[in-house]
Amino acid sequence: MTKDHTLAPVLDGADVIVCCGSGGVGKTTTAAVIGLHAARTGRRAVVVTIDPARRLADALGLPDGLAAEPQRIDLAGGARADGSGELWAMMLDTATAFDALVRRNATNEEQAERILANTFYRNISGSLSGTQEYMAAETLHFLHDDERFDLVVVDTPPSRNALDFLEAPGVLARFLDHRLFKLLMLPARRGMRVVNVATQPLLRTIGKVVGSDVLADAVAFFQAFAGMEQGFRQRADVVMALLRSDATRYVVVASPHRDTVTEAAWFTEQLTAHGIHQVVGVANRVHPAFGPGTAAGARKQEAAADADGDSRRAALWCNIAELRALAESARDELEPFAELLGQPLVAVPLLSEDVHDIETLGEIRRWMFPE
Amino acid sequence: MPPESVDPVPLLTASRVTIVAGKGGVGKTTVTAVLARAAADAGQRVLAIELDGKPVLRELLGELPCQEISASKALTEYLSDHGFGRVAKRLSTSGVIDVVATAAPGIDDIVVLGKIKQLERSGEWDVIVVDGPAAGHAVTFLTSAAGLHDAVRGGPVRVQADEVLELLRDPTRSQVVLVTLPETTPVNEVIETAYALEDRVGVRLGPLVVNGVDRPARRVPRSYRVDDPEADVLAEAARFRRARLDLQEAEMARLRSTLPLEQWELPLLPVAGMAAGEVAELVATLRYAA
Repeated sequence: MTKDHTLAPVLDGADVIVCCGSGGVGKTTTAAVIGLHAARTGRRAVVVTIDPARRLADALGLPDGLAAEPQRIDLAGGARADGSGELWAMMLDTATAFDALVRRNATNEEQAERILANTFYRNISGSLSGTQEYMAAETLHFLHDDERFDLVVVDTPPSRNALDFLEAPGVLARFLDHRLFKLLMLPARRGMRVVNVATQPLLRTIGKVVGSDVLADAVAFFQAFAGMEQGFRQRADVVMALLRSDATRYVVVASPHRDTVTEAAWFTEQLTAHGIHQVVGVANRVHPAFGPGTAAGARKQEAAADADGDSRRAALWCNIAELRALAESARDELEPFAELLGQPLVAVPLLSEDVHDIETLGEIRRWMFPE
Repeated sequence: MPPESVDPVPLLTASRVTIVAGKGGVGKTTVTAVLARAAADAGQRVLAIELDGKPVLRELLGELPCQEISASKALTEYLSDHGFGRVAKRLSTSGVIDVVATAAPGIDDIVVLGKIKQLERSGEWDVIVVDGPAAGHAVTFLTSAAGLHDAVRGGPVRVQADEVLELLRDPTRSQVVLVTLPETTPVNEVIETAYALEDRVGVRLGPLVVNGVDRPARRVPRSYRVDDPEADVLAEAARFRRARLDLQEAEMARLRSTLPLEQWELPLLPVAGMAAGEVAELVATLRYAA
């Protein structure tokens, strides 16, 4: 593995960097390292993570964990000689972010409280599929407008479908704009105090299946939400535009396992289909090869050492043969992804220890951003 | 003593449904395929179930039967069975589903588990192996029944939730096999998942499968001093391997001391583009963790 490929060009002219890939490939670590590098080169970067992994908080020197508000990270000795760079980090809390969004958009305090107290709303903010993705995009937009920062780095939620992130703003807007919503709203607009669940066949059917109390909460929510849909829709459009802007870059992370490579390739194709071409691939946790030779070559050395009766040397060559075999299969596994991107992947080797402090993050930085 | 190889068949036939669960990237799909293949080799009628709509499991299974259950399709079917057929015409079905699924979170998981229960009850299969949901949804997926049981007081959804709970709480009918890697984060996650499933679902936990265990063919020497032109590289590689092995042993020991589950291991293999042939070979490599 050589250090000839770098993530540095991704940062040029970037306002937003989105890290994507399947779960467990090191998206959060990648986001943290990009933020760290940006800070060390004079940017004011904020890293937003969805993953509550304790280890990242530890690695960033935050003993109390990441908070839902950006916290400044202490980069020992200053970010740069002139002290210009800054690194901030925060964790996305979907429910808190959604509450804040409702408060910002509500026409008055009373409307906000009515929505926040509604059971159906609590279900949306907690478990409507796509809400976490939407809040990630929304938070990204909010931070992008925050003058404290000139770069926002975000890792995407570990969704079943990585593309949800790109489409989430539209999905939520459609949900709130839905015909069912209008249907539920109709009686209220006609001036009736309460929607009579029993008089509408559709509502009656839904109520039979899920229970009428559950449904009453939904109706109350849509009524409370009246007047806010327009604002939500406009906001969704702005967030969508930011995700497609030239200043937003995508880093797709894979590890040398077939499923992560398949997912990374598929995601890259989807980005291209959405007209996004600013995509860079990272191969994380790649087995190092040790020396320029092949596994087969190392096996020959092992056999020769055995013939000499030198079992220690043979065992050491056997070790290299096994490590190189893993490196060779990793390379084969990753090749289709590199071919699809039409450019080499930025490769980070599997290290002999886990990421646990700012130094180990720094070591990964040396692979992602070689001097 | 060399680690003893595992015969997974008694375990697989002890419960009719085995749900394989683990975070993304730990090799859950491979383990599903290995268990299904082992049971099929022993003459069992095996069905594998895939929940994510990804083609990988099917490829790993070769000719073994595999059924995909998609949450949105299962929910659509469920709703039209319960009188939504006519009303759905007035609205786009997907919109109704969005609202219903949001009004009663977990309903989509319940209908999927309900389908699995139907297959279990059909008597067509001796062993059903489910490639559980990815990306940490296992706990949400399996607790959906308990959640809906508490939230919904009556009606078909409540009945469905109760039947699914019965399935999950009967060890002769279902069990969960957890999969992890011998590394810090996956081990932390599997410990959390195991506790959550025991406390909140009461489902039987089968053996814990540790995937990707590195077992060197020859002991890696602790002393690296040899007469070789590439002595430096040899030493560097040996130091690297030993550090990784120490990390692995520490994590496996932590698993043993934290979770009172039988531990099985599958080896770390240099295989690119794994297919059904490799899965058949992997069956023989399943070992009790040393």
